[in-house]
Amino acid sequence: MPTHTFVLNGEQVSVDVEDDVRLLWVLRDLLGVTGPKYGCGIEVCRACTSHINGKAFNPCSVQVKDIRSSDEVTTIEGLPATVGAELHPMQEAWLELDVAQCGYCQPGQIMAAVALVRRAKAANQSITDADLDGIRNICRCGTYHRLRAAVELGAARM
Amino acid sequence: MTASRRARSASSAEPDRPTGVGRRGFLGWVLAAPTLVVGAPAAGALLGGEAADAAILSPPEPSDLYDLTDVLTDATLPTSLLVKVGVQADGTVTYVLPRAEVGQGLTTAVAMIIADEMDVPLEQVKVTLSDARPELLFNQLTGGSNSVHSLYRPLRTVAAIARNRLIAAAAAQWDVSTDQLTTSEGVVRGPNGRSATYGSLSAAAAAETTTRVNVALKPATALSLIGSAQSRIDALDAVTGRKKFTMDLQVTNALPTMVHRAPRINAKVASVENLAAVRAMPGVTHVGVISSGVAVRARTFGQCIDAVRALQVTWTGGTVNGQSDATVLARLKKAEIPLVVPKVPLLTKTVEGKFTFYFRSNSPLETNCAIADVRADSAEIWASLKAPQVAQATIAENLKLPLHQVKVHVTQGGGSFGRHLFGDFAYEAAEASKLFGKPVKLMWHRTDDFRHGRTHPMCTSRIRATVLAGEVLTYEQRHTGVATDFTHVVGDILSSMAVKLPGGDLTVAEAVFTLTQNVPYNYGLTDQLLSEVFQYTDFHTGSMRNIYSPDVATARELITDQLAKAVHKDPFTFRKAFVKDARMRAVLTKLGSVGLWGRAMPAGTAQGIALHSEYKSRVGALVEIDCRPETINREVNDGFAGPRVTKVVIVVDVGVTVNSRGLEAQMQGGAMDGIATALTSSLHLENGIFKEGSWDNYYYTRQWNVPPEVQVVIMPNTTTTPGGAGELAAGVTMAAVACAYGRATGTMPTEFPINHNQPLGFTPLPLVPPIPQSPTDGLANAF
Repeated sequence: MPTHTFVLNGEQVSVDVEDDVRLLWVLRDLLGVTGPKYGCGIEVCRACTSHINGKAFNPCSVQVKDIRSSDEVTTIEGLPATVGAELHPMQEAWLELDVAQCGYCQPGQIMAAVALVRRAKAANQSITDADLDGIRNICRCGTYHRLRAAVELGAARM
Repeated sequence: MTASRRARSASSAEPDRPTGVGRRGFLGWVLAAPTLVVGAPAAGALLGGEAADAAILSPPEPSDLYDLTDVLTDATLPTSLLVKVGVQADGTVTYVLPRAEVGQGLTTAVAMIIADEMDVPLEQVKVTLSDARPELLFNQLTGGSNSVHSLYRPLRTVAAIARNRLIAAAAAQWDVSTDQLTTSEGVVRGPNGRSATYGSLSAAAAAETTTRVNVALKPATALSLIGSAQSRIDALDAVTGRKKFTMDLQVTNALPTMVHRAPRINAKVASVENLAAVRAMPGVTHVGVISSGVAVRARTFGQCIDAVRALQVTWTGGTVNGQSDATVLARLKKAEIPLVVPKVPLLTKTVEGKFTFYFRSNSPLETNCAIADVRADSAEIWASLKAPQVAQATIAENLKLPLHQVKVHVTQGGGSFGRHLFGDFAYEAAEASKLFGKPVKLMWHRTDDFRHGRTHPMCTSRIRATVLAGEVLTYEQRHTGVATDFTHVVGDILSSMAVKLPGGDLTVAEAVFTLTQNVPYNYGLTDQLLSEVFQYTDFHTGSMRNIYSPDVATARELITDQLAKAVHKDPFTFRKAFVKDARMRAVLTKLGSVGLWGRAMPAGTAQGIALHSEYKSRVGALVEIDCRPETINREVNDGFAGPRVTKVVIVVDVGVTVNSRGLEAQMQGGAMDGIATALTSSLHLENGIFKEGSWDNYYYTRQWNVPPEVQVVIMPNTTTTPGGAGELAAGVTMAAVACAYGRATGTMPTEFPINHNQPLGFTPLPLVPPIPQSPTDGLANAF
């Protein structure tokens, strides 16, 4: 069985697993990192959204063999450390507006929001209604209204 | 099968009768324990009617007098002494909640109730979810928006007794009278600056023998947390990924397990052609036939998906083979109970409507899942269950184990919306674990969750109302649905309490219909009947953030707009004239002023308004919709656009608000459900199976359909006990959106969701293999 090595939340990890297993299951089933959630397995619901080298992606749709040893994978568990704080400003915004209901989609929502704001800031743009409309992450509890407000609040603090 | 809701004469009515909280003593027990533990019985039923004071009076309907809330609350009476609160030596107040938490905010609400009555900081109250406890009988059901209503008084009683005991313990230690002592922030304070924490007093306050105690509750004016806006007590865990759902639990050797399911509903495995080959696949440890398909256990879920896709299975049977939307609809129409035109004067105008509501999925984002560890003589289960004692009994029976050898742990649920009333996934996990002789972590694939999961049954509603000289003389509604499964504990409760049901020999479905449905307007002679087709075992059915109300209310509110038109009145003015009670009238008035009813709007856009009364609460929705072509045809990738609701205002009166922030969240979420079921969300049945298999097929509300403006107004308290809240906003929003759509387009919509019979906007995923392979191009899509 091949060994795969990458950087997970700031630490080098190695795992023995077949090449084609999707990264989501490597994280959840083999490494015990359960922040990224399963909601569809086909890159639709975005509940597993995490970051690779700072960009948002869905580990349900990436084979572990496609992750290089230098790649930095960040899940919700590792997000605060990227800003050297207890909580990322986006998480603070989520708490301030009490966004979560059941909470199942929230790790993915927060990771998607952080990437969205990073991209906007890199282009020197602010978050627009069209940007918010374009967020594909499902929230079946329907806390969409607070999600929109929290992305804007978090953006103002990032 | 018909449920009769004949109008009956009734004596004078009053709003929900006060329970006397604060005016008389409540009974509880201090239980024998080393530290302080207090228990109390549950709230009694409230028997009271509704004030009827406008237009031609409609006598109260059965659900006005005694509704589902009362049945569920009365059912908790015999066992609720077992609701206990303890004070730990470190000052933590513990409460093991015999209910599920699935996002509705119940753990936060009950912590607030305890903290307020007891004078402890909110963060000092720890609420955990109770394992299945068969001795709790009906008192372990989460449903019918009943939890806060039924727990409110017992929790306050227990907290008040605990506080009194702690005061008494301090008074004894300090040799002062109790009236010299006060409490705040988990501390008893006395003369000369003396103080002691609750934790330090707990052992002294404990009882050696169980003692019956009478206690007075704080007057409403002394409550400070109840009614305030608090964030969820699990919010930090949710945003950090630390909140543990079932599949996040680490149970030794519980390996990922999935099931290969049939290409049609309820088909059974006839044979598996390649068992040995699939057993030899990478990571796979076990493969075997269970009642719902072929179970596969592997090192990772990814390898389960591979194995499920590789299996070659021949199927037999099926309960709805060949059925499609059209055949079910034909059967529903045939089963409709005829309308009876009552004897009305000449010149009476008739207003009629026929409405169809297609199947909808109640799937939460977390798919069906459970962990099971079945041994030769015992079993341990972990799952989010709203009736865990039913799951425990069923699993014990299936496994031929004594009840006490089956432990069922209730886990935090990633949504429910009605799904977790049933424990099918836990039964499946237990069956697979027994077959394999190993613990399993069983999870459904999303595609299975849509195709084989629970649905809100397809149904029709037919209404005929008559009007003369500006008054509504009669209102008849015939609701016909595919049978709803009530085999969770609600069915047992209704059967065992049948003596209290109006009408006598009703089926469970008829009883639920009768206990929940009403018309909040004075429409003269009012008559609503239910009939059902198919057996509840044919389709996998259940409630979906409400049982009958969203559809019944949508039909009723659309006809209400037609009645307004017939008497040349504006929908708002008409409702104001016909609304049944003062609470509802106040909600409507507020809705009109906050929502700016009647403001000028461009052609192709419009407002809609709807009211609903249920669970001892009142709610109204005012929405604005944009149906202009440029909006309907806006570009959305891999999704459905359609009309956009641009504003939602919800005004709600739940009697007593516990957590205004949580209540607002429930209204916001319910509104998104209502938008979905009015405009976009449904399942298409074809040849015995649903076509939808992905969130990009099943159009639940997505950000591109979220209204830019959502406002929730909470009315001041109107009663002394909280009514239900969790399901309130879904139906009323659906109805308001339907009314707005009708007014914007000039045509009353009659099929829901309105896009159901438009050309399918997606290519259905294949039925064989039953689940799709995960893509491999995720890195290319990183952003």
